Amino acid sequence: MTNDSASLQRTPLHAAHAAHGARLVPFAGYDMPVQYPDGILAEHAWTRTQAGLFDVSHMGQALLVGPDHDTAARALEALLPADLRGLKPGQQRYSQLLAEDGGILDDLMVTRPRDPAREGTLFLVVNAAGKRADYVHIAPRLPADVRLVPQEDLALIALQGPQSEAVMARLAPGAETLTFMHAAPLEVAGIACHVSRSGYTGENGYEISVAAAAAAALWTRLLQEPEVKPVGLGARDSLRLEAGLCLYGHDIDPTTSPVEAALVWSIQKRRREEGGFPGAARIQRELADGPARVRVGLTLEGRAPAREGAEIVKDGETVGVVTSGGFAPTLGAPIAMGYVPPALAAPGTGLDILVRGRALPAKVVRMPFVAPRYARKN
Amino acid sequence: MSEIRYSKDHEYVRVDGDVATIGISDYAQSQLGDVVYVELPEIGKAVAQGKEAAVVESVKAASEVYAPVSGEVVEVNGALEGAPASVNEDPEGQGWFLKVRMSNPAELEGLMSADAYADFLKTVS
Repeated sequence: MTNDSASLQRTPLHAAHAAHGARLVPFAGYDMPVQYPDGILAEHAWTRTQAGLFDVSHMGQALLVGPDHDTAARALEALLPADLRGLKPGQQRYSQLLAEDGGILDDLMVTRPRDPAREGTLFLVVNAAGKRADYVHIAPRLPADVRLVPQEDLALIALQGPQSEAVMARLAPGAETLTFMHAAPLEVAGIACHVSRSGYTGENGYEISVAAAAAAALWTRLLQEPEVKPVGLGARDSLRLEAGLCLYGHDIDPTTSPVEAALVWSIQKRRREEGGFPGAARIQRELADGPARVRVGLTLEGRAPAREGAEIVKDGETVGVVTSGGFAPTLGAPIAMGYVPPALAAPGTGLDILVRGRALPAKVVRMPFVAPRYARKN
Repeated sequence: MSEIRYSKDHEYVRVDGDVATIGISDYAQSQLGDVVYVELPEIGKAVAQGKEAAVVESVKAASEVYAPVSGEVVEVNGALEGAPASVNEDPEGQGWFLKVRMSNPAELEGLMSADAYADFLKTVS
């Protein structure tokens, strides 16, 4: 494998990662920290007990700008199945850009700004690998009075873990009052940011959008807090797997629908009933009759991990495939997610997973694998 | 007395008479990161130079461990099952993988001395 780091893009925090002794690897065209000297297991445990700091500036941030909220929301609702017209100021939703056949082109977060001055704008965060294609997909499908404005001069920093609230309360008073999937403009240590209570770890946490020019100062300031350590993409992956969250290009892709992917919770009732998004006919049919396959969580006996691509077997017959799998540091055991027929998707169902020619006993379990600590409203 | 030799795939072999103890180098463990699982061969299995002898899994991925020399597996490090982190902590000591009775000790000639391996690492990093 060539590691031609010269051709890779760098986030505004690249120099900071190098200074922290990060191991940098190519990821989605960026030179990104996979781990710091502490290592993935220690970084994972730190995020579950303290507060991990992640550079996710490779992700795509963009604004959808229209004359008013309803117009912007309707424009985006034509491309995805979430209820955006019903978003309240400061509210955020997870959704999926859909192809005409209902396959998932990318998954994304959509936020309605809380600031009334930004009425008519939606804030999008999309995956790094797909951002160019997403923009090319979205822009020509918008009405004349709504436009897509990629925000290339922004960085994105995630602070995740049970101590994240205490850290943010200290540096950004008011951040502690944000509830899960809500966002607000806040100054963090005197730096203007857009802060959302969300993340990709299953933890109580924040994602902080900040001007690229101020990102290094914010990063350094957050690391001065005793609860905060930098965490790389390696632990980000093991954390999201424990949280049962999909990784685009692995657990979801253009061949999977949101119903197959067990993401029905992200399609609000009005949209399920009304349709009006790409692939609505397939998705409404799958909602009524059940999909051909469904994403499930799997635990394995023993310690051998099952990786992406491993076949799932029942009574000697291949019934599905693992789409993400590995070792769950919090559980000290291997876990996986994959697709199986609905008849084999009930928790407790016994299956085998083929690893290097051996059938390892596995069991369907409810996800998330590790109880989440989202800061939900009481 | 024992001598240690290294392969270009970053396995080591520590030779004691006609028995070779095989594991992965300190550089290899540092590149893998935290080891969470090791799959070892059965005793009596024949391994061939350059072919898979064991599997080591980090949090991120599974990697093959190739036999630096051919022979018959005479012992495996069962302690790794419960303590895979030994591979990170002491790769050339407690973290060994398997022992083989060499069938062709001349294969050692093609492996690197500790000094030659140290020079080789300068070319890969």
